[in-house]
Amino acid sequence: MAEALTERAAAAKATTTETMIVAAARQLEGERVCFVGIGSPNLACNLAKRTVSLDLELVYEAGVFGAVPARLPLSIGDPTLVTGAASVSSMFELFAYYLQAGLIDVAFLSGSQIDKWGNLNTTVIGDYANPKVRLPGSGGACEIAINARKVFILMPQTKRSFVEKIDFVTSPGHLAGKRPAEWAGAGPTIVVTGLGMYEFSDDGVMYLSSLHAGVTVEQVRGNTGWDIEVASELRETHPPTAAELSLIRETLDPDGTYSR
Amino acid sequence: MAADSSKVASMQEAIREVVRDGDTVAIEGFTHLICFAAGHEIIRQRKRDLTLARMTPDVIYDQMIGAGVASKLIFSWLGNPGVGSLHAIRRRIERADPEPLEIEEYSHFGMVGRYVAGASRLPFFPLRSYYESDLPKANPRIVPIDSPFSDDTVYAVPPLNPNVAIVHVQRADARGDAHIWGVLGCQKEAAFSAERVIVVCEELVGESVIRSDPNRTVIPGLVVDAVVVEPKGCHPSYAQGYYDRDNRFYVEWDAIGRDPQRLESWLKEWVHGTATHAEYVDKMGDRWDGLLPPEAWSEPVNYGRYE
Repeated sequence: MAEALTERAAAAKATTTETMIVAAARQLEGERVCFVGIGSPNLACNLAKRTVSLDLELVYEAGVFGAVPARLPLSIGDPTLVTGAASVSSMFELFAYYLQAGLIDVAFLSGSQIDKWGNLNTTVIGDYANPKVRLPGSGGACEIAINARKVFILMPQTKRSFVEKIDFVTSPGHLAGKRPAEWAGAGPTIVVTGLGMYEFSDDGVMYLSSLHAGVTVEQVRGNTGWDIEVASELRETHPPTAAELSLIRETLDPDGTYSR
Repeated sequence: MAADSSKVASMQEAIREVVRDGDTVAIEGFTHLICFAAGHEIIRQRKRDLTLARMTPDVIYDQMIGAGVASKLIFSWLGNPGVGSLHAIRRRIERADPEPLEIEEYSHFGMVGRYVAGASRLPFFPLRSYYESDLPKANPRIVPIDSPFSDDTVYAVPPLNPNVAIVHVQRADARGDAHIWGVLGCQKEAAFSAERVIVVCEELVGESVIRSDPNRTVIPGLVVDAVVVEPKGCHPSYAQGYYDRDNRFYVEWDAIGRDPQRLESWLKEWVHGTATHAEYVDKMGDRWDGLLPPEAWSEPVNYGRYE
């Protein structure tokens, strides 16, 4: 009995990544069709499907709609995403009829660099023609950023990733405050990092809306490359519950590949 | 080639006849059905100066580009999925080590659209992407155009018509009529867009098997030049219902690709050191044990019989 209690107390202590996953999952409440990324976004979406958003339809860019993954996929085209899915279509159909037509409610993106408008770089660090670091590039991110109804961004936060000016705009966010009305998507609405959660003002500027437990505003400022705005009513992120943690640790990612 | 004759060839014959130095070659397959066996045979035959096209170059192009078969890469996402970087390709882009690699970069939808335009004999493919992105600055072949019917602006990408497309499929008949299920990627678009097509199958089946389920025929023999039977030809990629993705290999590749010496000895042992893909498969030994998932069959459908 005492041992079980100690175990539960230990379980309640979440890793930074678990905190991010849980915070992102809770934001999926009320959402229906979600374009899933590999890694922690995949955990967040699968956690939401078991907690706040039971009817969530998981869409993977490999062409899969309504996936029910039985194991944690290492890649975006894992066979477990296919078996039992509602539909598997060609990538043309996925990008044209699902994404571009506006059927995706929310999509997850990430990046090596982000600016205060939520513009993302996943292409190069340094000059394009002569890169210091060659990153993977867009994949589907550019059209996802433009056409998904909303974008959630999940990424680690340091002074090197939260920068005044990104080296390359791979995926447009709120540009410099004005997103054209004819774009289907409203752009990024939430950014979740290891330190806190951010939202965007009407002018498309990112502000700190919620601090994770134990994190200070000074820490956030120390890890942001611009003078970040802070909500007048700053919240504290509710720590992950024992139920959320046990779903991540026992069901979704028992090896801790993406959550430790 | 006569329509009713068999196109079945060995991998060596098919690559020798169909792939020429300087060709643009697309070995497609999105995570699924990536024909590593064909890539390895291209390395064995020391083809040179290829332009390699793929949405996601994946470990196969890291191996091929590390082996020096290509001078140019056309792509939309350059990484080892779920693991990290493709280091042989990065060395060539970042440091021209051991020689430069020209790149032409799009987004996924842009690459899909290029194959669609190529397959449809259209001058471009229009899409709602690239607005306010730096990609059109990096690639002058991504161009904004005004709609002739409204005040909408979309971006155009040019058609892609590879000299050769190599598509892996689960089963095909001797004419090249091919069934695919699972993740479809853009196998169909790549096949229809190419001048010459090699279909590589897990299983060669009779024409009656193909005709029993025509909706599953993704590629018709009409556009196919050679049919190669190569079981387990996708490893470490996978074939849905035949064998699982060898995720462990993708993780292991990170350390191999990072070190040019290790990459060289890997190619020596596993590609040049095996005469055929069948030898490679045998050499893997009991590694296959963990890669054969239990069965999950679909319900059959009734097409109706008309006499």
